[in-house]
Amino acid sequence: MQKRLSILVVEPDPERAQLIVDGLRQVGDHDIRVISEQAGLARQVTELRPDVVLIDLTNPSRDIVEELAVAAGPNERAVAMFVDRTDEHLTRSAIEAGLSAYVVDGLRPDRIKPILDAAVTRFHMARRMRAELAATRAALEERKIIDRAKIVLMKARGIEEEEAYALLRKTAMDQGKRVSDIAQQLVMASGLLCR
Amino acid sequence: MSLRRLRLGYLPLLDASPLIVAAELGFAREEGLELDLVRLRSWAQSRDMLGAGLIDAAHMLVPMPVGQALGLGPPQPDVDLVMFLAQGGQVFAVNTTLEARLRVEGHGFDLTDAWAAGQALRRVVTGRLRVGVPFRFSTQLELTEHWLSACGFEPDSLALLTTPPPMMADALVAGEIDAFCVGEPWGSVAADRGVAALLLAGTAIWAAPPEKGLTVRRDFAEERPDETGALMRAVARAGRWLDAEDHRGTAVELIVHPDYLDLPWDLIEPGMTGELSVSGRGERRSLPGFLTFHAGAASFPWKSIAALFAVRMARLHGLDPQLAMARAMGHFRTDLYRQHLRPAGIPLPGASMRVEGTLDEDRTVPAEKGQMILRADRFFDGFTFDPALVLSSTN
Repeated sequence: MQKRLSILVVEPDPERAQLIVDGLRQVGDHDIRVISEQAGLARQVTELRPDVVLIDLTNPSRDIVEELAVAAGPNERAVAMFVDRTDEHLTRSAIEAGLSAYVVDGLRPDRIKPILDAAVTRFHMARRMRAELAATRAALEERKIIDRAKIVLMKARGIEEEEAYALLRKTAMDQGKRVSDIAQQLVMASGLLCR
Repeated sequence: MSLRRLRLGYLPLLDASPLIVAAELGFAREEGLELDLVRLRSWAQSRDMLGAGLIDAAHMLVPMPVGQALGLGPPQPDVDLVMFLAQGGQVFAVNTTLEARLRVEGHGFDLTDAWAAGQALRRVVTGRLRVGVPFRFSTQLELTEHWLSACGFEPDSLALLTTPPPMMADALVAGEIDAFCVGEPWGSVAADRGVAALLLAGTAIWAAPPEKGLTVRRDFAEERPDETGALMRAVARAGRWLDAEDHRGTAVELIVHPDYLDLPWDLIEPGMTGELSVSGRGERRSLPGFLTFHAGAASFPWKSIAALFAVRMARLHGLDPQLAMARAMGHFRTDLYRQHLRPAGIPLPGASMRVEGTLDEDRTVPAEKGQMILRADRFFDGFTFDPALVLSSTN
């Protein structure tokens, strides 16, 4: 029987970590751990001696993991890890998904591939969720600022809400700008004038 | 005229200024370029994204392409350093415990006397000194190692631990490190928080320590020479602008922006002007030439610098120094620097290799055309490095 692989996920956001762990559980019986605390990361990784480390490409702590990968001497198998480059296509899709994977030297590619495939899928999911959340928030902010601009116009010119919005839209179209940008400028200008 | 878009990766540090200034003040536009600046979070990310072609050029620590050329990292397409972006800008800082002991010793924290600081540190450090450095391949690591071993620290009394710059202050507080060497603004950030005192400027160890470089993939430089040249000229002009009198204040205004460094003005300003505060209690020190972008051939990627770092790394990792040196020098593209910056009237040194560490003060030397000033580049201990000596020696 094959030895269970020990997989370490470095991820401060508990929801994201859970999403990744769930994905990994589906591809085999592995020993999966999560480190969320950035402090003492080097010590923790060294102590756990993982076979695979998965970390967000944009996590600043990556340079710490990198240190463990590069500084390894020839006899220190446990930390003799490299950014995985066994499969060029997989490597690229990992980078695009925002995943960097460190794999211990000497692991067979057919053992690593299912793990990385699952991780890439989950990283994509996490990224999409984050982007959707950001888009929702931005849309909400825009709505708020447009509402405030409408109120400014309604007060200043004694017009109705519909007319105020039409005016904002026309100005935006004439200037080749977005309605929210015009609204932003108007709110800022009125803030300056009123104080 | 339609502009050609290039994606540039950078880390939020003062020495990314030439890239930000090139994008913001029209230097890129004059060269027909539109720069998309992509803020990155780690050096490994910069290397991987450049390798995968997700960015066209990257802000990197000068020793990084050397380490890559020596095969001390994951396999990647060939990456070349086409110019330096900055010299200096590093500070060495200690935690408040060491600071207190140094003050009892009567150390004056003048930030400029590397001998005095090193000797004092040796007297007050008990056990192993753990120093945070930003990356395995960094000028900070090389400066710290050179300085402290010259001051008598044995290899086993020193631990250099990779710590991302924004985490330096926290790592000090958590007791994971006792001191650190980092590029500004992160020394001033820790001092301002009252958790560290600055002890030495990088320029006190080596007067002209190359800090960051502009890197591109070799296939990019070959297949898109026009864009490579345009980018280099825009960045060189931005560097020249940054070194002109009275421009640093404006530069601070640009880089503090939330899109770039996103830190308060008063934490960015000290490193940019060389007016540093030792601790949260003030104690201003004026350090002329603390951070240089262009003047005195600061952006010229001397092959002898590649050789110097390569030989040091080869010894550390048990590689053949001559072979390492030859490999690394091929990645510092003085040929592209000459080819692409000649039309911009940037002064070009007569040679591409020199003995490092010989200039006690700035010196006027013959250039490719006319004359130019080379910056002083002495090491505090008088160390010099002659690549020819390494090449001619038999192992």
